Amino acid sequence: MTGYHANSNRECNRDMTNKSKAVVWENVPSPFCGIGTDDLSIEVDGTALKVLQNGCSVNSAGFEEPVTDTDPRVGGETVTLEEAVAKAADILRETNLPLVGGLATDVNGMRAALALADRIGAVVDNMNSTAAMRNLLALQSGGWVNTTLAEVKNRADLLLMVGGDVESLFPRFFERCVWNQDAMFVDDTTKRDVVFLGRAPAGDAATAPDGRAAEVLACSNADLPEVVAVLRALIHKKVIRANEVGGVPLASLQILAKKLKHARYGVVSWVAGSLDFAHAELMVQTLCEMIKDLNETTRCSGLPLGGREGDQTANSVCGWITGYPVRTSYASGHPEYDPHVNAAERLLTNGEADALLWVSAFNVERTPPATDVPTIVLGRSGMVFEKEPDVFVPVGTPGIDHSGHAYRMDNVVALRLHKLRDSGLPSSAEVLSAIEHAVM
Amino acid sequence: MLIKLTGGTVYDPARGVDGEVRDLYVRDGRIVDSPNDTAIDKEYNLYGKVVMAGAIDMHTHIGGGKVTIARTLLPEDHRRDPFQRTDLLRSGCGHAAPSTLTTGYRYAEMGYTAGFEPAMLPTNARQAHMEMGDVPMIDKGGYVMLGSDDFLLRMMAQRKDQQAINDYVAWTIKSAQAIGVKVVNPGGISAFKFNQRSLDLDEKHPHYGTSPRAILKCLATAVKALGVPHPLHVHGCNLGVPGNMETTLKTIEAMEGLSVHLTHIQFHSYGTEGDHKFSSGAAQIAEAVNANKNITVDVGQILFGQTVTASGDNMRQHANHNHAHPNKWVCMDIECDAGCGVVPFRYRDRNFVNALQWAIGLETFLLIDDPWRVFLTTDHPNGAPFTTYPHLIRLLMDKTFRNDQLTRINPEAAAMSSLGSIEREYSLYEIATMTRAAAAKLIGLTDSGHLGASARADITVYTEQEDKEAMFAKPDYVFKDGDLVVRNGEVVKVVWGTTHVVRPEHDDGIEKSLRDYFDRYLTMKLENFTMSDGEITEDGRGSLSVHPCSTGGEA
Repeated sequence: MTGYHANSNRECNRDMTNKSKAVVWENVPSPFCGIGTDDLSIEVDGTALKVLQNGCSVNSAGFEEPVTDTDPRVGGETVTLEEAVAKAADILRETNLPLVGGLATDVNGMRAALALADRIGAVVDNMNSTAAMRNLLALQSGGWVNTTLAEVKNRADLLLMVGGDVESLFPRFFERCVWNQDAMFVDDTTKRDVVFLGRAPAGDAATAPDGRAAEVLACSNADLPEVVAVLRALIHKKVIRANEVGGVPLASLQILAKKLKHARYGVVSWVAGSLDFAHAELMVQTLCEMIKDLNETTRCSGLPLGGREGDQTANSVCGWITGYPVRTSYASGHPEYDPHVNAAERLLTNGEADALLWVSAFNVERTPPATDVPTIVLGRSGMVFEKEPDVFVPVGTPGIDHSGHAYRMDNVVALRLHKLRDSGLPSSAEVLSAIEHAVM
Repeated sequence: MLIKLTGGTVYDPARGVDGEVRDLYVRDGRIVDSPNDTAIDKEYNLYGKVVMAGAIDMHTHIGGGKVTIARTLLPEDHRRDPFQRTDLLRSGCGHAAPSTLTTGYRYAEMGYTAGFEPAMLPTNARQAHMEMGDVPMIDKGGYVMLGSDDFLLRMMAQRKDQQAINDYVAWTIKSAQAIGVKVVNPGGISAFKFNQRSLDLDEKHPHYGTSPRAILKCLATAVKALGVPHPLHVHGCNLGVPGNMETTLKTIEAMEGLSVHLTHIQFHSYGTEGDHKFSSGAAQIAEAVNANKNITVDVGQILFGQTVTASGDNMRQHANHNHAHPNKWVCMDIECDAGCGVVPFRYRDRNFVNALQWAIGLETFLLIDDPWRVFLTTDHPNGAPFTTYPHLIRLLMDKTFRNDQLTRINPEAAAMSSLGSIEREYSLYEIATMTRAAAAKLIGLTDSGHLGASARADITVYTEQEDKEAMFAKPDYVFKDGDLVVRNGEVVKVVWGTTHVVRPEHDDGIEKSLRDYFDRYLTMKLENFTMSDGEITEDGRGSLSVHPCSTGGEA
């Protein structure tokens, strides 16, 4: 049977559960890929999921991860959910500076995490903050001119990818947003100009349907800040006394600068998570300022790719509830944001945090960092730990085990996620709220 | 539970009650007629107190992507105004772009019981509602933004008939869970994506060939035909441009009697006289508003100090980015649907332009005769944060105070303004009109904004004071749906208001064209785009209140 109903604007039709036999659901939105893929066809048989159509290495793995453990544990022993919650509350009640980390969950999970953190005076941080901060610091220093996926799909005539392995991290980006057949304002999408600056693409997703390979101006990530600074200078017609920068011929950068200035709607994209060098936020800022400069005469927009493991969701919800992104502390009774002091890793390695509550509902690989402080994990079923946490509660995954909302990388579109199966796993929001009530 | 509010001096313009001593009765969250035979469970002695319905902010940016961009952009602004957790209240932050929880608390503390987000993009409606879902204390609603969306412009370029456009507008209202429709810089947000930097009323869009005039008429006609109570909410062309008063006057004329609401009119009332080629057009605009009964306006008053401007009008926001203070700003193009621009701004009283903007706003308030057609807004946070409302009310009610403030602004601006010669002072009845009765009527809320039987028991009680700022900053009591939620200007109970929506009728055939269009061009499937009721109500706090449309629709 096929589960999609026309005009299904009511929840009852989209609670995609049916215990009796295997069902296939169409147009399932994914919380895993960050680019808001919502055309998946998924077969549900009991608790087993299989992506039948439009899968990719990220989404198929995310949906098909089997349910293994469903019982909470305290000290490695199976307990009831109530006992696990009570133990978690006991741990948190005794702390001076608890850390609520991971925060890979949906909007309601994030709301509940912040309510708990507000009550116990915790610091909140997300597992991908080191990457996300490269963008947030650039935003908070200078701002930016950015765009969203449908604009790229329908409008971009030039796409500059800076430094990231887009293809492995966002496998369907090119198929969905660049080589789309129909575009509102681009006559022939196969003629789009795609340029990679830095790392060469890992496969051929960026190759045009007519076989034209993307242009690559290769350099190491460490050289990117210099290369990008020179590109910005060239756009300003500054004289550069060099023949090459970071191995990239100056002439190639001059051509690229010209292309950007002559594009009708250029898009400059980067993957913050791939910019693994010190103070990459400064390079992101240079890119953002370069895009602003280009907008004095033509149109050009940034497209920061990210949003996996709920990092965009975490920062959006934290943004409206506290006024700040994550790395915010409730320790003094009101939110205080500090992107350096409140970094989870620093608080743990410095011995400042004295308990860790780790929420990781999407990816079994994303287990908590090694630490000696008491640790509570709300994790996806199937997580394997090097060191058994004090409390482990297997929780459902948003968009599989319960409904919810997740943000796409462009920070505009929130996806409505649906329940696909009855696994009996609680949502992270339910467990976090229960802990909040037990702490009181 | 029957509550009696005894002996208060009631200002209830919806029923023509102007400062009369009346008793009010509240049962099950609603105002009821005097129940002669029933025992009173709780009585409040309000002799000597001023009693009004809860105030309604009909245009305030409290939810949606651009607000959270503004929040994220300005940690330094929040740091100056932390909101400490209490046994009752969650912590947060205030000032220009406050956190959601703090927003709700502070509105309630000023006697407000409803606020409407005026710029809800169809693609971002989900976020706007989620954020408003985290705003406690007050009722909420949103006006969905159309007019630079490709689908509408494409329909107009293809000369689709008005009925088809009406169906699309109705579908959009329902899918976004909106209570009204707003247009921002008609066609201009889209034109900016084609590198057009300005678009006047009769200029043609570079791609679709439509003019802002045609878009305005098309949408105003649709809203009227659908029977949506709130007339088209218009953020016009040329915001902030010296001389834009001519565009605004032409816009009023272009409507040919069709009802429209012109929002933050202060930003659209500029002339080009004087050495600085910048002057007040308030007198001409007020004259036109007075003469055209189909026009309502809110002012978008500016008040001096740091704030942040957050708007769907990325064309005009981009043009103003050089004024950013602090020097950082954001523009976004969004989903072939809309856009946004966020530019922090500090209005200075010694700056000629800012000082004149301040005077133009006040002139507008004072020169428009009918308080049923002019609304008290700062276009929060664009002209100033909503927490400045008590100060603004004092400026309107107290000529001496106003003239004293006038001596402190840039003297050239003060000399160019007619403000000092205006004698008018708003009365309590007029304030109650513009912030309660008229706002409810404009939006189509039949059971808010008044104190008649069956109204929501949203009631604010003040102690009358000479200093109207002090009076309106700290009500004695605020009741929300019959619950006492504020006492002496402090929240004593946390409640969660409802979300007001309308559901105009449309032909389901529109979904077929939309489904094909979504599949072909957009990045979401149609059924993943539309918002369900459960998304607002499933958390157990939120609720929906559906208001009727005059030509049918679900109620």
